[in-house]
Amino acid sequence: MSGEIVRAELLSCSYREGRVLEDISFRVERGDYVGIVGPNGSGKSTLVKALLGLVTINKGSALLFGNPVSSFRDWHKVGYLPQSLHLVNPVFPATVHETVGLGLLSLKCFPKRLNRTDKDKIDITLDELGILDLEHKLIGELSGGQLQRVLLARAIVNDPELLVLDEPTAALDPETRGRFYKMIADINRSRGVTVLLVTHDSGSIGKHASKMLYLDKKLLFYGSFDEFCCSPEMSSLFGEHSQHLMCHRH
Amino acid sequence: MNLFEILSYGFIQRALLAGTLIALLCSVLGVFLVLRRLSLIGDGLAHVTFGSTAIALALKFYSAMSLLVSMPIVLLASLGILKLTEKGRLSGDAAIGLVSALGISAGIILASVGGGYNVDLLSYLFGNILSIKSEEVVIAGFLCIGVMLLLTLYYHELFAISFSDELAKVSGIRTSFINSILVLLTALSVVLAMKLVGIMLISSLLIVPAAGALQLARGFKVCIVLAALQGCSSVIIGIIISIMSNLPASASIVMVNLLFFAAACVARRIIYPKNSN
Repeated sequence: MSGEIVRAELLSCSYREGRVLEDISFRVERGDYVGIVGPNGSGKSTLVKALLGLVTINKGSALLFGNPVSSFRDWHKVGYLPQSLHLVNPVFPATVHETVGLGLLSLKCFPKRLNRTDKDKIDITLDELGILDLEHKLIGELSGGQLQRVLLARAIVNDPELLVLDEPTAALDPETRGRFYKMIADINRSRGVTVLLVTHDSGSIGKHASKMLYLDKKLLFYGSFDEFCCSPEMSSLFGEHSQHLMCHRH
Repeated sequence: MNLFEILSYGFIQRALLAGTLIALLCSVLGVFLVLRRLSLIGDGLAHVTFGSTAIALALKFYSAMSLLVSMPIVLLASLGILKLTEKGRLSGDAAIGLVSALGISAGIILASVGGGYNVDLLSYLFGNILSIKSEEVVIAGFLCIGVMLLLTLYYHELFAISFSDELAKVSGIRTSFINSILVLLTALSVVLAMKLVGIMLISSLLIVPAAGALQLARGFKVCIVLAALQGCSSVIIGIIISIMSNLPASASIVMVNLLFFAAACVARRIIYPKNSN
């Protein structure tokens, strides 16, 4: 299967402090695994939020599956994992099973109800990610790594075609981070899910992503990881030595 | 007076029935409000209800008829709080404070222009559940059925926005619409709860059962059930204590609620010692 999943056309966003994104244009094809990297404050999170319609686009447009995000309705095709530490209220009384079940709501019509099949689906997803034993725990009782897997389960339980992850590994240690990236790569390969992943960790993501998008308010680079490694623009930005270290695949 | 004798009085039966229905609504809604950090919306809307009741009394609408004036005003105020939060660059607590100030100041001015505070208006400050009339019980019953029906139909959407607005939007949930439903249902419940505990104590009816349930609940549905049990039990026990000890019903209900909360905190330390810090 091929096809365009995401397209940004001259997309610009501003907050009160000023312009955050300026004239960003790129296309993501089905099956791509795109690592979105850039320095702090470069607009990475704003970019994915704009693509999902969570922040106002001041100029240009964002299209999901060929439709403008403002009129997009097929949310069951999308899975989203935000920066979890900002998201979860530690006293929220939901169990892991209830939390993952929220991911199925996009498939339901009014009045939304989860049936036995849905409950089995939740168990299967938890099992796939190796966290079935956590299903009755409260989300406030989980470690950072466990919570991340639970939110990933919530994002993929509806079998999305596009998975958007915003700095999912920020709170994880390097070992857990590596395992997490590999898990996403497996989902990308085995399920054919298109992945957009925001990260600071341009070195690690390069081992798994098929494309890199380097952002600093403007789009500075978009292409394959190999092109990223050979890019003279990136070389002048990082220095040749840093670029070599970043691109060295172990 | 023994318990059976107390329960044989019509005004006490009405108070217990209406009080339990109102407590059920407030405690269930309270779970969503506390988790959405909108706990004080009850206070704000209660102040608006005070202002709207002053208008009703000035227009000679008494008892159940005063609800005809109060309800639309409080419903509008609840939407106003939501709009101020969404569009007015204000946090939820600041928006509640603004609307609350408007409600209470309007109430004071109207009461003053209308010849000072009368007994009816003061009963809304401190509540007077024992004076509730049959028609008010019927209204409470119908509203309770309506609100519980809407809460059941929109349970998953309300759960989703309580967990995260952002995630709910990406699940295709119309978060503005669901938020509007939540505050409108809260407004209806607050108007009803005025008679039970009065504006001074109304937020306790929304917050304390939810806070108690959060200490012990292992699951979102369990939390709602526990909050409802605490809220309803507090009203029943509070009313009975108030009659047997000749104490104000509203304050007795709230004190029992607070005792349940304290007991839940102690129980949490005993049942889940690892998670108590």
